Amino acid sequence: MQDGAVQSGASPHPLPQKISVTLIVNGIERRLSVLPWVSLLDTLRDHLDLTGTKKGCDHGQCGACTVLVDGRRINSCLTLAVMRDGAHVTTVEGLATDGALDPLQQAFIDHDAFQCGYCTPGQICSGVGLIAEGRAKSADEIREAMSGNICRCGAYPNIVAAVQQAMGTRP
Amino acid sequence: MIPFQYTKANDVTDAVRLIAANGGAKFIAGGTNLLDLMKDNVERPTTLIDISRLPLTSVEETASGGLRIGALVPNADLAWHPLIEKRYPLLASAIMAGASQQLRNMASTGGNLLQRTRCAYFYDTATPCNKRQPGSGCSALNGVSRGHAILGASASCIATHPSDMCVALAALDATVHVTGPTGARVIPFADFHRLPGDTPHVDTNLGPDEIITAIEVPAKGFAANHSYLKIRDRMSYAFALVSVAAALELKDGTIQEARLALGGVAHKPWRDVAAEGALRGRPAEEASFARAADLLLRDARPQAHNGFKVDLARRAIIRTLSQAAHGTPQSQSNKTIQ
Repeated sequence: MQDGAVQSGASPHPLPQKISVTLIVNGIERRLSVLPWVSLLDTLRDHLDLTGTKKGCDHGQCGACTVLVDGRRINSCLTLAVMRDGAHVTTVEGLATDGALDPLQQAFIDHDAFQCGYCTPGQICSGVGLIAEGRAKSADEIREAMSGNICRCGAYPNIVAAVQQAMGTRP
Repeated sequence: MIPFQYTKANDVTDAVRLIAANGGAKFIAGGTNLLDLMKDNVERPTTLIDISRLPLTSVEETASGGLRIGALVPNADLAWHPLIEKRYPLLASAIMAGASQQLRNMASTGGNLLQRTRCAYFYDTATPCNKRQPGSGCSALNGVSRGHAILGASASCIATHPSDMCVALAALDATVHVTGPTGARVIPFADFHRLPGDTPHVDTNLGPDEIITAIEVPAKGFAANHSYLKIRDRMSYAFALVSVAAALELKDGTIQEARLALGGVAHKPWRDVAAEGALRGRPAEEASFARAADLLLRDARPQAHNGFKVDLARRAIIRTLSQAAHGTPQSQSNKTIQ
């Protein structure tokens, strides 16, 4: 296949065409033309060169692809770019303001909340979403609300501490 | 994933027209289960009809004192809706017991009802599966059956329904509002999902050209005495081995009305009205709960690897009814089972 084009002859159906999509990614309007089956994750990584968002399982089980869409945390591997026309997407690259890290990014550094770092962009986007939800407060609640983000290195206690710091429940 | 066409429905009528005109089409809303299955080539729609922008996102009070929940209300929004938290905490709790926050933010109410089994053989296109490919056989029957059904299974399929939300909706006696080419109809929750029989590829009684528009829960929410207990291999973000939704109406320690439904044990949310009837008029104490559990499990038939589920279900039923009776519902964040 070339440039995502579909091989002819296999299907009696007309070949899918690329579809125009506008995404506001980290505050910048991006106009794209994508095939229907391209996930938001692949759009970010392959079409917009925003490789901070990671592809782990690609099945919604690991949370490495977590981004914020219209302020809510979702698995970007399980949504199609064409379904998100007009959406505001925030990735880990968009969390810092004028070079100053988001409080949760700083808290991850302060608490050494990662080892290999592969899950970290998803953990941080998930944590930012969690704090915005305003629901989880206790360590138990944070653990439960972060259960969609797997850390194979096992930095969980430090991640909980980082979220608590950013939430202001801990000095 | 095979190539597919993508189109958006403008309204419910348009959605029904589009699905009726496209034999290989499927609706997509949250997409969390459908896209997962498409990536594994288990689902192979030739067209996706995007219904995610249809105006089915409200939660409204009904004339009879219940709530009408739009089919596109995200699971997370439903669990945290003030009216659901206050009047139907059993439903809120069951939703929070399932999936992750990211998935609950995406998944729709209607889609939750339509999710497919997580049987590993259903997902594995290299193995026979009557649900995926009718007539090919059931690999689970002679395979690893630890997570499979103990009630209502057939020689064709021993898969379980994966939803937590649906177990609470079954207990609450919800109804499913659907629209098709000939108009709208209402399906009682107990009739929505099917047992496998010899047609396990048909999960529900929703017509191929019908769309779910709303779920309605009746006035009675059992807010004072309820609990949802989910037992699984890890403490969060895993499907149930056994889950129990219990709701009681009590008067001076006597059960006036009871609701009891189980997840993880059958091809559909397993509500047993006979077990509920056996609780009515009885004291809200362990002996009554044990009797109801034995009644509910009277026809339990474990598979090769899940004999433990029968005893687990019995104990979980007793514990959940006890939590409901004491007004101490299971927390979904603190995992200690009181």
